[in-house]
Amino acid sequence: MRLHISNSVFIGNIDPFIRSFDAENPEFLEVTTHDKWMSVHPVALAMIAALGMTVPKGNVRFDDINATSGHYLQRMGLFKMVGIDETRQIVEHDPSGRFVPLTMIKTATEQTQFITDIMPLLHLDKAPEQAEAIRYVVSELLRNVLEHADAANGAIVAAQYYPKTNRIGIGIVDTGVGIKSTINHAHRAWTDAEAIKLALTPGITGTTSREGGTIDNAGAGLFFIKSIAVNNHDFFMLYSGDALYKLHKRPGEIKYLHVNPLNDPHALQENIPYWHGTVVGIDISLNQTQRFADLMTVIRKSYTSAIKERKKARYRKARFE
Amino acid sequence: MKTIRIIKHAGVFAENKDIASKLREEIVLPVLRQNQELRLDFMNIEGATQSFIHALISQAIREFGSEVLDHIVFMNCNDSIRAIVEIVVDYMQASE
Repeated sequence: MRLHISNSVFIGNIDPFIRSFDAENPEFLEVTTHDKWMSVHPVALAMIAALGMTVPKGNVRFDDINATSGHYLQRMGLFKMVGIDETRQIVEHDPSGRFVPLTMIKTATEQTQFITDIMPLLHLDKAPEQAEAIRYVVSELLRNVLEHADAANGAIVAAQYYPKTNRIGIGIVDTGVGIKSTINHAHRAWTDAEAIKLALTPGITGTTSREGGTIDNAGAGLFFIKSIAVNNHDFFMLYSGDALYKLHKRPGEIKYLHVNPLNDPHALQENIPYWHGTVVGIDISLNQTQRFADLMTVIRKSYTSAIKERKKARYRKARFE
Repeated sequence: MKTIRIIKHAGVFAENKDIASKLREEIVLPVLRQNQELRLDFMNIEGATQSFIHALISQAIREFGSEVLDHIVFMNCNDSIRAIVEIVVDYMQASE
């Protein structure tokens, strides 16, 4: 397998990175890098780590990485996670750096501990509303992996604060069964793109076709996450199988939320390099001062109306002859 | 009447669905089946996920109908938790 990291890989410009993915020779992973400088979103790092963990130890190779970029990758725990014995000297830690290194989460207990640990790492004590959103997003996304992905290596997660844009980038990746597989337990999705669309629709879950979900699952998680991104004017991406949904920023005040994810400004690509599993990337702005509770109220309106509309669409009158 | 102090089971951020499921099976549903009042105390809970609240109460609404909400009191909810509880209560009733 091969991946290339260019000088800049963020959600907004992640397409070349994804298209560089070559899944041939799955026993090996070769990562090539830009020769001068790399600025890489945690979701890209999590993808590399997740792939690296699927190949036999010793079969991951990076090309010659320049010193600065290499230190960043090392600090984020990438080499350690993919089993590369990296002996480069660690640069004096930038005390203003706020990041969560690559972490593997395989159980609910690990998830709970991780949620507790990341708050001080990201210095979110001074931004309580955003802390709430981040805690919420990470919890729901990790839980999705633990419940639905059937991934041997669990969820690979990382986060990074970007001071220039005052945002936190989060990546949560798995190499499990993928969205189409889980959604098709209860709904019909012929393609990965259709599956992604369903997964982003409120109240749709692969665990049941019944409205209201199961005893444990409502099918709300990804809709909530996308809604948080829409409301914050942030980027969000969902990549599974051969399809990639990328939310674009919607300008202006957000007074309502689209139930159909295809009605949000977005790009939905198909026939891209196949990812076995699911990749979620999101940015959360720390400039957003709207109360989390107020956002939940906006979500409530959309969510409930979505269910009512679906019920209405299914209603049938008796036929008489 | 039975009171569950959520913080005792779930910590300050109620997100662990396994804990919610356990509370549901061991306390929530049995108490409601006995026609007792159930008080869910969210004192000192900073936040909760929709998934947690769903796992905690959705089955009660499904099993007993909307009227069960007359027998459940959500106590000491901050605005965020209140909003999430309202989402779950809304969509469960809309689904029936």
